[in-house]
Amino acid sequence: MERQAIMNPARVAAILLRQLYLYRGSAARVVPLFAWVTIDMVLWGFMTKFLGALAHTAYRFVPALLGAVLFWDFMTRVMQGVTTAFFEDVWSRNFLNIFATPITMSEYIAGLLLSSLVTSLVGLGVMIAVAGAAFGLSFAAYGVIALPFVLVLLLSGMALGITAIAIVLRFGPAAEWFIWPIPALLSPFACVYYPLSTLPVRLQWFARLLPPTYVFEGLRAVVAGHGLEGSLLGAALLLAGAYILLAYGIFARVFRHALQSGLITRYSAETVS
Amino acid sequence: MTLPRPLAPQPLSADPPVLRVENLRKHYGQVEAIKGISFQVFPGEIVGLLGVNGAGKTTTISMLLGVLEPTSGSIELSSVNLLRHRSQALAGTNFAAVYAPLPGNLTVYQNLRVFALLYGVQDFAARLQSVLNAFDLHRFRDAKCGVLSSGEQTRVGLAKAMLNRPRVLLLDEPTASIDPASAREIRTTIRRFAAQAHSGVLWTSHNMYEVEEVCSRVLFLSQGEIVLEGDPRKLPSEYGKPTLEDLFIHVTSQPPDGEQRWSVKPS
Repeated sequence: MERQAIMNPARVAAILLRQLYLYRGSAARVVPLFAWVTIDMVLWGFMTKFLGALAHTAYRFVPALLGAVLFWDFMTRVMQGVTTAFFEDVWSRNFLNIFATPITMSEYIAGLLLSSLVTSLVGLGVMIAVAGAAFGLSFAAYGVIALPFVLVLLLSGMALGITAIAIVLRFGPAAEWFIWPIPALLSPFACVYYPLSTLPVRLQWFARLLPPTYVFEGLRAVVAGHGLEGSLLGAALLLAGAYILLAYGIFARVFRHALQSGLITRYSAETVS
Repeated sequence: MTLPRPLAPQPLSADPPVLRVENLRKHYGQVEAIKGISFQVFPGEIVGLLGVNGAGKTTTISMLLGVLEPTSGSIELSSVNLLRHRSQALAGTNFAAVYAPLPGNLTVYQNLRVFALLYGVQDFAARLQSVLNAFDLHRFRDAKCGVLSSGEQTRVGLAKAMLNRPRVLLLDEPTASIDPASAREIRTTIRRFAAQAHSGVLWTSHNMYEVEEVCSRVLFLSQGEIVLEGDPRKLPSEYGKPTLEDLFIHVTSQPPDGEQRWSVKPS
């Protein structure tokens, strides 16, 4: 595909509109936007209360642990938003119809990212509401630092989502079962629930390559009243931006391979249950 | 005997071709699926692309749609090079194929709305009415495509294919799952569209009656090569066969053996 300096907003909107139509007509798609995040908040909310009662310390479990779960869930939803929007084309064997139009690869990716942004923000809103109403989690505990936290996790989720769809495009729909657990595989190294220092030194190097690690370290530092080093947040943003570019590069390479090998047409002919 | 050279295309107008294919090749590893084919389609012309299963028709159409990269050769859609200016070239192109139904979980209206945005259709409301009328789809406007019969889904696919008034329309067996009465209406609609919109149509079909009725020219594709080209109403008698179907069976059933691919002599 040729490079275009400017994306056509109508074609990006078409991908978003397709996704919104799907949500409008299907309770089975809408309910998971609310249900799983609500269950997560309730489960971890009670867990947090229990830990707070058990520990008898001044440590603020609600903003530290429940907040971490909320942020991690948000990043997971972003990734799943991208992959789910992509899978809609896989499941409906729509690749040929889509890529025979004037849409460019970057417009298609932008449409998927926009779809994911909308659905994951809905999830974030629900989580904030439930965690606030039921367990007293307030974003005021984090201050304005919450915004760059969200941005880093948004970019990280997008990078993971783009990488995941590149894997599926390259290896076929069966690779679906490989990509869904990616967040779970990363979570031990992203230090969502415990400080970076808990990990063995060698694993800490790997953890430092993951932008979410900086978010969760920062979150705990802010909750403990230690403040946050701006350079660490800058590094997280830089890393997340680099991963977005890397993921896009991987997808572009896989897409080129798909065009050369006929994968796009084969996807349209393949029955995917 | 050696193969007779394909006839030169007979333009229906002085306009340049809407589709120009030059020495198009596609290799899959050592396998040469398309072996350097060249042809043109002119405005208002409906050209049949004929061949047995596996002859290379769908591979050719996939390359014309920009979803399969040729190994070499060039494709111009409305004088725009597809490989260099993909978006611009595809804006004036569209297609329908039995193996590419529109998503069944969207309604007819929703599908057409989404594809109108993708193709940059400006006057969507008017175009919607026009294509719904043309393919008798008004009563299915708000029905999900997945609940429609295969024939109705084919008509929705054709409606999508005409949404952007394409200069180049690629139809891969467009009437394969349609009853004879509807198929006749569809043939009439597409012929009218090609004439009025001055569009060129490339049409694949295994129904030789349909090809004779609709196409002004046919290309016989066999094992990735165009082996014969001409007027479907004249070709059978020119090659001593009673019908186009007989000629098709004869041309496509001969095993390749170097220079002598088939043994029909022009009479």
